[in-house]
Amino acid sequence: MTREVLNQHIQQIKDEVLLLGSIIEETTLHSIDALKQRDIEASHQIIEDDILINEKRFAIENAIIILIPTQQPMAHDLHLLAAILEVDSELERMGDYAKGIAKTVIHLGDAEVVIPMREIESMAEKAINMLHLALGTFITENAAQAYQIPKLDDEVDALYVKGYRLVVSAMIANPNTIDHGNYLIWVLHNLERLADRAINICERTVFIATGELLELATNDEDDSEAEDGE
Amino acid sequence: MSDINSSINDSQVKSLMPILAVGKGSQPEMASVAEIKMQSVALDFYYGKFKALAQINLSIQANQITAIIGPSGCGKSTLLRAFNRMNDLVPHARVEGKILLDNQDIYAHGVDVVDIRRRVGMVFQRPNPFPMSIHDNVAYGPRLYGVNKRSMLNEIVEKSLRQSALWDEVKDKLDQSGMSISGGQQQRLCIARALAVEPDVILMDEPASALDPVSTLKIEDLMQTLKLSYTIVIVTHNMQQAARVSDFTAFMMIDENRAGKLVEFGNTPQIFTNPKNKQTEEYVTGRFG
Repeated sequence: MTREVLNQHIQQIKDEVLLLGSIIEETTLHSIDALKQRDIEASHQIIEDDILINEKRFAIENAIIILIPTQQPMAHDLHLLAAILEVDSELERMGDYAKGIAKTVIHLGDAEVVIPMREIESMAEKAINMLHLALGTFITENAAQAYQIPKLDDEVDALYVKGYRLVVSAMIANPNTIDHGNYLIWVLHNLERLADRAINICERTVFIATGELLELATNDEDDSEAEDGE
Repeated sequence: MSDINSSINDSQVKSLMPILAVGKGSQPEMASVAEIKMQSVALDFYYGKFKALAQINLSIQANQITAIIGPSGCGKSTLLRAFNRMNDLVPHARVEGKILLDNQDIYAHGVDVVDIRRRVGMVFQRPNPFPMSIHDNVAYGPRLYGVNKRSMLNEIVEKSLRQSALWDEVKDKLDQSGMSISGGQQQRLCIARALAVEPDVILMDEPASALDPVSTLKIEDLMQTLKLSYTIVIVTHNMQQAARVSDFTAFMMIDENRAGKLVEFGNTPQIFTNPKNKQTEEYVTGRFG
């Protein structure tokens, strides 16, 4: 087989994408754990380490920018690299969500506030699972599986609604906690968006396989809406 | 971020791995500057009164592939031929400055030209096998240098053909004419012939321009294997090829006196993604040349 150099470089880049994905999974779990333990120190560390996620994202982007002119990928190879650029930025934004959760932990301090921890943990578990599956199908370019993953988002959305209601009820019961409750809604929102971005990765898997850009999201939420959540 | 960018620009290696290797507490690790195998120092080259090359200072790193690119007539091939004194055969050709091979000036008085051409082999644009068998094509050089023992010659022929990724295709027809195989195979035979005398450096002058796309890619893959053992310098009109195969790229152009000059030299990713010189930028983006 020819094009060994291109093949090797693409494999290296795919490995790095998987690595970045696993860092995101781990960081998200750490942020939820920090929230549960109200661990300010761990939260500062998560915020600090976000720079490493950003660096890795840019390193992957740079590698692709070098690979395109130096190896002139065509057809499937080009689709794949274009898709990785997109997935790369999705992953980096997911890292920002974890950082946002860590910031919330710091904002909350040791304030007494009702945290719907069960819903949050369950959301995190399901959203991370979606990310894990989405990246797996992306790397193996399994479009058939990619179509199945967005269905899992309904459970995440349902938990979001449940968690949201619990937080709002707590705020109504004790208006002194409105400020902190607002931060907790951002935590729920970040996890919900993480799952949405996992669906975006599935869309790129379909793009690699078919060359078509399709919207796989199951709800009507506009993906382009402005949101920071940090 | 700026660190990552500068590490790419200043990288001494083409491998993407060091760029990807960012992580906690570590900056991208770049290979240290490798050994310099050949070097032209303030090289001027004349054909009679015509100055064809002006003040070329170019370092060729060992076990790397250096591509020389530039528009027609910029002196790429002249420079390549100067690297193994092939131009000695051209009447009135004259060199000023130095070309160093392992720090020895190959143009110095008393240097054995035949030995220089053994250490610095050349592969040409058109495959040019000798009108003899495949075996004898490869054994020709070693015989010239005094290897006569049949078993030893057979060993050299097999090793060289394996290195040039041709062995499996010709092992059953070594006594057939070297001219009877395909163009791509003939070019790999010529590479095997160059390897048979165990050179240090292989100069390639448009080695794939007469070949079909698949044969071209085979030669390019072969170069990646060969660089582990040899230093390679390739002249090519095909910028995409230079980008694909090389670790370092030298861009040449003619100056106002029509003499070839070295405009920019750098690691290949830098030249093709972020050239420092405006002329290089215009050439690699196809704006002129």
